[in-house]
Amino acid sequence: MGVAASIAVEERSVQERMARPSRFGDKAFEWLTLAMALAVVVLIILIGWQLWIGSSVAIKKFGFHFLTTSTWDPVAEQFGALPFIYGTLVSSLIALVIAVPLGIATAAYLTELAPLWIRQPLASLIEMLAAIPSVILGLWGIFVMIPWLRDYPFPWLKRSFGWTPFFSGPIYGPCMFAGGIIIAVMILPIITSVSREILRGVPDLQREAAYGLGATRWEATRIAVLSYAKKGLFGAVILGLGRALGETMAVTMVIGNTPQIAASLFKPGYTLASVLANEFTEATTDMYLQALFEVGLVLFGITILVNLLAQLLLRTIAAKSATRAVQ
Amino acid sequence: MTKFRKTTLLGLTIALGVCASASAQMMINGAGATFPYPIYSKWFDEYAKVDPSVRFNYQSIGSGGGQKQILAQTVDFGASDGPMSDDNLAKAPGKILHIPTVAGADVVAYNVPGNPALKLDADTIAGIFLGQIKKWNDPKITALNPGVSLPDQEIVVVHRSDGSGTTYIWTDYLSKISSEWKQKVGTNTSVNWPTGIGGKGNEGVAGQIKQTPGALGYVELIYAVQNKMPYAEVKNSAGKFVKPTLESITVALATAEIPDDFRFSITNAPGPDAYPICGATWLLVYEQQKDPAKGKKLVEFLKWAAKDGEKMARDLQYAPLPDSLQQKVLKRIDEIKT
Repeated sequence: MGVAASIAVEERSVQERMARPSRFGDKAFEWLTLAMALAVVVLIILIGWQLWIGSSVAIKKFGFHFLTTSTWDPVAEQFGALPFIYGTLVSSLIALVIAVPLGIATAAYLTELAPLWIRQPLASLIEMLAAIPSVILGLWGIFVMIPWLRDYPFPWLKRSFGWTPFFSGPIYGPCMFAGGIIIAVMILPIITSVSREILRGVPDLQREAAYGLGATRWEATRIAVLSYAKKGLFGAVILGLGRALGETMAVTMVIGNTPQIAASLFKPGYTLASVLANEFTEATTDMYLQALFEVGLVLFGITILVNLLAQLLLRTIAAKSATRAVQ
Repeated sequence: MTKFRKTTLLGLTIALGVCASASAQMMINGAGATFPYPIYSKWFDEYAKVDPSVRFNYQSIGSGGGQKQILAQTVDFGASDGPMSDDNLAKAPGKILHIPTVAGADVVAYNVPGNPALKLDADTIAGIFLGQIKKWNDPKITALNPGVSLPDQEIVVVHRSDGSGTTYIWTDYLSKISSEWKQKVGTNTSVNWPTGIGGKGNEGVAGQIKQTPGALGYVELIYAVQNKMPYAEVKNSAGKFVKPTLESITVALATAEIPDDFRFSITNAPGPDAYPICGATWLLVYEQQKDPAKGKKLVEFLKWAAKDGEKMARDLQYAPLPDSLQQKVLKRIDEIKT
């Protein structure tokens, strides 16, 4: 009895000794991480607030017309951002259409099919692509990519698909399509490496089960791996899209910087981020600056909106696959 | 104990020494235009040998930023490629003086098969940039260039996409020679272009002209020279075709009408040897300096720049001010009150 009691006492005292400091540490850690997480939220709110303050006069003056008109005339102080919004969305869309299949296919090859010795070097090479400064990519775009595109792929596209409005009209070189391609190059590494991590996270049990059912390699990859990782892959695409929307320097150098809305992808375009990079430093009048701030606000809004939509889409997909699993 | 005291003493001496040297060297801050940045940094470098007690810190953030910072008094001097507007000057807490330093030119660079030497006049340049002259073999261009065979090719107009002093000079010229341009587009660091594609920076425009067959655009003289691009002779208001050179820019400065506040425009200058598309760059300082010690040093520097600094301009491909204007500038610097 005596021994048991003393053990019980000892246990309690051990618990007390353990619990007190660790509880304080837990609390401190909790508060610290909370503060860090809140700092991000506060930062985003402050940025939004500052953009709102900086553009309040322009918002009052132009109202909704800012988003629906196409004239950008700093001399007459008439500002409409529609061509920039259009350019941002279209160039990002082109980039996604090119980079998503390429990125996911590369990731699938690297995790499922490639010989082991080639996987790591190839993955490192792709990640190195992300380290190239965007201004260098832009110069490469002007001096190498555009002349090549203009001489070979673009004329072919025009010959084959010139009957559609998307590939009609004269080919100058710098254009919306070139802008989209350069963004694709820039978001390819992030889509590839995130997708690769996600595919690597798919449990081997999945693959083994598929093979066990007599699936071929392609079937196993498609059904057991890609389908399983759908949600994560979608996240990789969203990360890429986030970068695409805000990409500035390289795009500015190849997109042609003309505020117009044209169906043909061979026509020059303009993006929200590009107009900021181009005009902010030399804007002297108040209304001009206000309008540029509003462009920033619109870009901020679009980024948030696109992210929210993506979250929503993600949830629908998740819900659908959950119901399918139940069935 | 003694060791401790010694180290403390040593530390104190060092600290004091650092403080003393920091207070001995005065820091004069400036910000603004990017076009004159190479020569300004050369001046600050050379001036450090003349007067080691001052140091200059110049941020080339663009003319718009330079004007804004001098208005907000966050810098001791501003710099701009265009004169300040009446609206902006009215916002200033004191009188701001414009001190012209050097000048440069916009050249019409092009890329046509064979790259022949071309001559252009005001009408053709305005016509091309308004989108009315669309082909290289347009009668207006061929009439100016007898004997040159020009192709039946579309002219791809290239302009600056970023706001810049280069664009200000270009649109200022077009506004002076074409009433249609003045009415439809106007003068500014960026405008609503009727036609063409935009390249970022002089290097972007130069690159796009070089890469695009049939292209025509404007760049600063030095970029055309460095990139070995052909550029056109332009007919000036005296009716003579003039090649852009440092000499023909200085002639433009000498013959243009200079108002008393130095907020001049030297495009389309009347001199028979003046190149018509050029412009100056200015330093912006308050007439009444807030800090007397700093103000004195700034005045000394400005005088040195106007006298000795100007001699370095040519080496860096800037046109120096003509003597007549230099004398006027020195007089204006004397008006700064410290």
